[in-house]
Amino acid sequence: MPALTVPAIAPALPELLLAAGALVLVLIGAVQGDRSRGLVGALALALLVAAGLAVAMQPAGRIETFNGAFVVDGFARFMKLLTLLGAAASLILSSDYLKRERLDRYEYPILVVLATTGMLMMISANDLIALYVGVELQSLALYVIAAMDRDNARSSEAGLKYFVLGALSSGMLLYGASLTYGFSGTVSFPGIAAALQNGHSAGIVFGVVFLAAGLAFKISAVPFHMWTPDVYEGSPTPVTAFFAAATKMAAMAMTVRVFVGAFPGIVPQWQQIVVFIAIASMVLGAFAAIGQRNIKRLMAYSSIGHMGYALVGLAAGTEQGVNGVLVYMALYLAMTLGAFACIIAMRREGGMVEEIDDLAGLARSQPALAFCLAMLLFSLAGIPPLAGFFAKFYVFAAAIQAKLVTLAVIGIVASVVGAYYYIRIVKVMYFDEPRGAYLPMAPGLKLVLGVSSAVVVLFWLAPAPLVGAAAAAAKSLF
Amino acid sequence: MTVAAAFFYLFACVCIASAFMVIASRNPVHSVLFLILAFVNAAGLFLLMGAEFLAMILVVVYVGAVAVLFLFVVMMLDVDFVELRQGFLQYLPIGAAIGVIFLIELLLVVGSMAIDPNILKSPVAAIPPADQVTNTAALGRVLYTQYLYFFQAAGLVLLVAMIGAIVLTLRHKAGIKRQDVAAQVARTKATAIEVRKVPFRQGV
Repeated sequence: MPALTVPAIAPALPELLLAAGALVLVLIGAVQGDRSRGLVGALALALLVAAGLAVAMQPAGRIETFNGAFVVDGFARFMKLLTLLGAAASLILSSDYLKRERLDRYEYPILVVLATTGMLMMISANDLIALYVGVELQSLALYVIAAMDRDNARSSEAGLKYFVLGALSSGMLLYGASLTYGFSGTVSFPGIAAALQNGHSAGIVFGVVFLAAGLAFKISAVPFHMWTPDVYEGSPTPVTAFFAAATKMAAMAMTVRVFVGAFPGIVPQWQQIVVFIAIASMVLGAFAAIGQRNIKRLMAYSSIGHMGYALVGLAAGTEQGVNGVLVYMALYLAMTLGAFACIIAMRREGGMVEEIDDLAGLARSQPALAFCLAMLLFSLAGIPPLAGFFAKFYVFAAAIQAKLVTLAVIGIVASVVGAYYYIRIVKVMYFDEPRGAYLPMAPGLKLVLGVSSAVVVLFWLAPAPLVGAAAAAAKSLF
Repeated sequence: MTVAAAFFYLFACVCIASAFMVIASRNPVHSVLFLILAFVNAAGLFLLMGAEFLAMILVVVYVGAVAVLFLFVVMMLDVDFVELRQGFLQYLPIGAAIGVIFLIELLLVVGSMAIDPNILKSPVAAIPPADQVTNTAALGRVLYTQYLYFFQAAGLVLLVAMIGAIVLTLRHKAGIKRQDVAAQVARTKATAIEVRKVPFRQGV
């Protein structure tokens, strides 16, 4: 009988903390019922913060555990911190909104914590099985919270659409994984990379294509973006913020790790795929958003476009490119959280409003909110000296250094087109007739909006800490 | 004929016959009952092959849970099975064609294996010899060591599925009488019993 050794569980401490904490929260909720809503929400936030501390305290260097299925390196720590930040911020955004919309059930924070656990597992996944299990844990919780507002037909539709298309994408991901396993003989990323060193068969390329399709679905990149506008529009707004912030971080981290970690031997093959996806996402994100009237739908197309820009960095396939992706995702997190804080603040006496025309004249009724939103939108458009400009600068610079000049040029053209619809919102806010003020913002919204606006506006003063951390994280992958 | 062979033919015949009855019987409840019979006999076939873990899982999961769930669904949903059956003849040609394709594939596989037994590659996974360790023990040994992480993570996925099902379907209706265990236990003789003096020949 072989000696049984207990695997090292310290590297997975943040995930264990979240999983065990979620179980405790389930018990508290089950015993106390709906009275425990506030307590469970506060504890869930505390859990996310504690997990963030646990990630930050982990020793530097690369550690593998669970027979190589789980890896913690600089890249994982960086992306985990971003994901936890996104999840915590969207929990803060949600508390007031859910109370007003009578959706504040104690299960919501629990599902957010479990989804975040899945995201951390995706980021740390070092083989195909761990990747799939993480994806399923995350997606299953997301399907449920998308349909949280179950008496609202649009929310139910969002949940159902997300579920059906998500199951389809899981199928493609699994098919790709099985082909990859079949042609390389292993599921672990380093093993696949080693197997591909001495040439590759055509089957591996098929596997990569299907894997890429599944991954593109999770980051909502064209041509697998169809679900995004409907799900973003139908879900309760804080849930949409969670989708746009935390989920995107984890999915992008997973995509980068699969391509860079498992397939470094066939860069030319997957580079074509990523270049195509990036161009299609940037162009569609720029043009399809122009006609949108609902601001949540607009943010959906905007997020499709931004995933395209981030993929430009991955397409370069270099350390500098991954550095660009990391900086881009960090700044996108700040921009998208701030934008959603503004959208959640759009509440009049009669309830939430979501049309762009409802922002008319905001500069006169609420100048501070209008200024913050204008800065965030200018930043999303990529106008210097705001953070969004630097984000785009790093990915395009990496693409040009990797001799992908056409890709960079198309990206810059698409961002000019995209600037139109961002600046149109600014025009509506500053030059149209006022439509009446919104109700006062909750303190949590003010906090998130203030911090993210400060990051976006003041990033150019001190870019070094973030860029340095991203560079160190990118280095750990190569 | 050995006992094992006799049992094989018994299980196999009953299995095929009950599988046929699943699609042939007019009453959907009978179909589900025949399905259970088919599962149990398939479990018997697994036992004969020495795969006792699969056999027990088949009984516990499929007979104990899935088939009972089917029974509930069949009894609770108002499905008009007569109407469902109306397209039977319409679908028959395609169904028969698919059946024939399956048969041809089976014959090809079995035939080529009979011609050249080396065509079958044995898996390279580290399966311990069957005479040293039962397959339940072998599975358990890797499930809780090598695959511990995946096993626990899969458990979390199931937990999310359970919470999700409750979140999306449980509704607390107002105005329904519910059992309150604490109130029941807290009852005393004084609150539960009323003692009355009944006058003779008059009743209450």
